This record gives sequence, C-alpha cells and structure tokens, in this order.
Amino acid sequence: MPEVAGARLKPRASNKVQSIRQNPLPDALPDFRNLGVISRILLSVNALALLFAAARSRDVGEFAAKLTEIAGSLEPVLLVAVVSLYAASTLLERLEYRYGLLAVFAIVLAATAALFPVQTLIGGAGGGRELAWSLGCAAFTTAGVAWYFHLRNRAFSPAISEARLQALQARIRPHFLFNSLNAVLSLIRKDPKRAEGALEDLAELFRTVMADNRQLIALRDELSLCRQYLNLEQLRLGERLRVDWRLDPAADEALVPPMVLQPLVENAVYHGIEPGIAPGVIEVRIERRNDRLWLQLTNPYHEDYQHRQGNRMALANIRERLQLHFDVEASLNTRIADGRYEIGIIMPYRTSL
Amino acid sequence: MTPLRVVIIDDEEPARSRMRELLEDCRAEFPHSVVGEAANGVDGLQTVTESAADVVLVDIHMPEMSGIEFARHLQVLERPPAVIFVTAHDQYAVEAFEVNALDYLTKPVRAARLLTALRKAASGARPSRSVLESIDPAPRRHFSVAERGRVTLVPVAEVVYLRAELKYVTLRTREREHLVEESLTQIEQEFGGIFVRIHRNCLVARRRIRGFERGDETDGEAGWSVVLDGIDEKLPVSRRQWPQIKALAG
Repeated sequence: MPEVAGARLKPRASNKVQSIRQNPLPDALPDFRNLGVISRILLSVNALALLFAAARSRDVGEFAAKLTEIAGSLEPVLLVAVVSLYAASTLLERLEYRYGLLAVFAIVLAATAALFPVQTLIGGAGGGRELAWSLGCAAFTTAGVAWYFHLRNRAFSPAISEARLQALQARIRPHFLFNSLNAVLSLIRKDPKRAEGALEDLAELFRTVMADNRQLIALRDELSLCRQYLNLEQLRLGERLRVDWRLDPAADEALVPPMVLQPLVENAVYHGIEPGIAPGVIEVRIERRNDRLWLQLTNPYHEDYQHRQGNRMALANIRERLQLHFDVEASLNTRIADGRYEIGIIMPYRTSL
Repeated sequence: MTPLRVVIIDDEEPARSRMRELLEDCRAEFPHSVVGEAANGVDGLQTVTESAADVVLVDIHMPEMSGIEFARHLQVLERPPAVIFVTAHDQYAVEAFEVNALDYLTKPVRAARLLTALRKAASGARPSRSVLESIDPAPRRHFSVAERGRVTLVPVAEVVYLRAELKYVTLRTREREHLVEESLTQIEQEFGGIFVRIHRNCLVARRRIRGFERGDETDGEAGWSVVLDGIDEKLPVSRRQWPQIKALAG
C-alpha cells in the first residue's frame, strides 16, 4: 500500500487512508505521539509566550522579568497538557475532528485548572479573576496552535496527493522486461548494432518509469516513450505487431500525466497482440477538440484470453492518476465493439501548469 | 549414445534463435541436434512427431495453445518426448512447477542451467499426465487423439458429444468419431458449462442441443431424447438427468 499516512499527519481511521479516492484529506488532529508534532507544539507555544512578553514590556530588563514570570506559570501547564494529549492520543484519534478538537480544549483547560492551585502557591496571587485569565490564555493558545496545525494540514494535502501519485506510478510488467532482455540477447552475436539500439530504448524506458512522475509532461514526450516501448515489442513480435498512429499535430503540446498512454499500449500488446497468431493492429488516435484532449486506443479482442491478469489494475491506476491531476474533468471509458477492445480517455487540453 | 533430438517451440523468433545459440554453446558438453522448430503448439505437435524428437523446449506463454496444453497433448503418444518448460515470467506456472517438482527454465536462460535441464531430460524424467492436468490453469482448446503415431487435435468447439464405451470415450464431431482416453467426469469438470451430462455415459455440447423429443417407449414409459445440431443421431436422456436437462430446455 502507498505510504500515505506520512510522519506528521495521522488520519483518524487508518482504513480510510487505503482508499486513494478523494482528493483532499479531511481535517485531522495531529498525532500527539509524534516527536515532530510535540516539538512543534512546544516551540509554537513558547514563541507565543515570547511575543506576549515582548508586547508587554518596554525594555530588555522588563522583558526578561516578564518572560520568567510567564514561563513559570506556562511551562508546567504546557508539559502536563502535552503529556495528557500524548496519553489520550489513541482516544482522540477515533473522534471526529470537531469532537477531537473539543476534547483537546477540555484537556488543556483541565490541565490549566488543575495546576492553578500550584501556581498560586508559587506566585502568591490567587482568585477567580486570575483563574479566568489563565484559562483564557490557555484557550487562546490552544486555538492558535490548532489553527497552525489546520493550516499545516492544508498545506501538506498536495504532498499527500503527490505521495499517492508516486505510489500509483505505472509499472512495467516483468513479463515484458524479461522477454525484451531475452530478445536483446538474441541480437548480440548476430546484430550488435541493433542490440545496442534496443538496450538504449530499454534504458530510456526504465529511466522514465523510475523517474519522479508527478509532473504533467508534453504529450509529444509520452508518445516518444510509447514508440520506444513499441520498438522493443516489435523486436520480439515482428510482423504480428502493427501500429496505426492517427495523431493530431495540434495536440503535441498538450500536457498529460506521464505514463498515461504507455501502460495502455502495453496492455494492448499483452491482451490484443500476444494471444493471436495472426498479425493484429493497435490503433492510437489522438485529437484536440477545443479545450479537450481525446485519446483513443483500440486493439483486437481475444475473448478466450480474459483470464490473463493485469488489465484492470493498470486501468484503475490510470483512472486514479487522471482523477488526481484533473479531478472530474477527466474520464476513462472502455468498451468492446466489433471484436475490438477500446479505451477512450478525455482530459482537459492544457499547455501550461 | 546417439545425440539427443531437440525441438524448440516459441512464438517469438528471437527467443527461438537465442535458444539455438544456447544449445550450440552446450553441444560440446552435451551432444544433441536441433531437429525442428515451431512458432505455436499446433505446428509444434506435428514437428515433434515428424522429427521423432526426444526433448522439447517449449515456451509456456504462446497464442492459441499454451506450452502446458501442448505438453498435455503430447502425452497421448506412446513414447512422448521429454518436455522442458521455458517462461519469461509466469508466477502461476512457476509456482505450479515448484509444487510438482517439474523442471523449468526462466528467460533469459543461462547455458549452464540449460545443460542441467537437458541432462535431466535425457535421464528420462517425464511429467505425468495427471500433474500436467492439475497445473493447467485453463481448459484445453483441443482434445487430442493419437492416430498412427501422430497427434490429431480436435478443437473443443467442434465436439458434438462424448460417450463412454467400455474402455474408451467416443468423441463425436459432425464429420467423424475419435476415441479418446479420458474420463467423462474429468472432462465435465475441466470444461464446466460447455458440456452437459444427459446420461451416465454421455456429455453433450450445450450449444449443439437443438431440442428435445419424446422417444420410443421403453419399460412402458416414454423417455426423452436430445435432438442435435448437424447430426441426425438422437441421444437418450436418462430419467435421472431429465429434470436438470428440462430446466436447461426452458
């Protein structure tokens, strides 16, 4: 499974993370057992105290005195609150965000109130007003920290999407790799030049597959990747593999998710060409229609070979990547018509990010 | 010792050519001669019988007929050659081979590994028919019949009915009859819904059933018969099977 959870944001129900469906993650409390989260809380609260002290003092001497005074009442509360949150974190995790937030406030305020008698022992001054003031400060600080985590959560959502994208990166079938290597081996003695070319294609292909494939790329580049892939397949399938390209030059600059077409072409070879003794044609049709980009790929359909696996996985993978990039603006549909398997993709026509 | 006769079957030309090179590399240590090649299992069966091969190197992943089905058909021969399976990457097959201790080679093949497999094959190791049946993930596309030392294939789609008679099963197509050495129960299991049992000793291709009619009176009770597509012969439905067959007839 993709490592979506990451280190900092722990979604409330872990089974929800497994689904890579929805775009933004819902708001969630930070994981109070995470060292990063704890240090962020400590640092941000102390920074707040620092600001507060600075605002209420006229010179350095007063600032130091003020800071000592605040620290004296703040640090015990802060430590108790953090430890309590740490202890309660498994419970908090299970709550919905709003209730979790309420619980956090309750814990912090309870810690403040509980420590108040101790404070009065040290500081001397007690009474209702002092307590209210302390609780107010605690609530204000908690709200500030909660807001900070909320913003941080939002800022990191795209990172989570990217992590998902990365996990969804298309993979090339081992079947293809080993067969291609075998075909290249067959060339080395007879036709070393061709073997070189084939290995270069293979290297290029794997460089792309293993690259960071999160950014959209020009359709032109995706098509050249497909050609490299098909060169290799041609090497071993020879006459059996025919490709009919129907490309719209106006679409060349369109930005598409990387590896959006190659896995489909690979599927077409695997399910459409390999099961047949007679030559088969793969047809790739690409068109720009106003602000939409249409991709259509068809291949011979072999009913008897449907037990061969892998098709649905590749499709689901591409579908989800399209969704992550374009949300509802993109679609992927398949159908079987006239003995051919057909995949159609529609996505927004874009030329800049 | 006469050199071993080897046949290579792979749908990809480069793969066959690579295998020839590797065999060539092994020749000094293991005398043999490559007596034939084929690009699919159907042609392969002919090549194997015509060349009287001792060992067949067969790719598993081929169009029309998998390497495993090919090996199953070979078993109808009186003295089938040894089979060495070759695969690029087939998780299912590899697991099945491991479980059944069958030898196989993975592509790209190493000469040293090929040599070991050839030696093992020469020693007479043969997969049994039942093991091959058990590891084949898909139903066969053909029935095979040994006729005059050759393998005749009958496409499953051409079979009208199969009837058990003493030791053999008679397989009837529109054109003719063949004798196969299989059991109806196994055929029924392998092909699932393609054939239906109309009698203890008879399976009929579902899509060849044209209708049913009242047969002659036997034992004072009229039985039903299946009317078939393309054959005049009518087959009696046993009283035990009739309720299920009737449901089929709608």
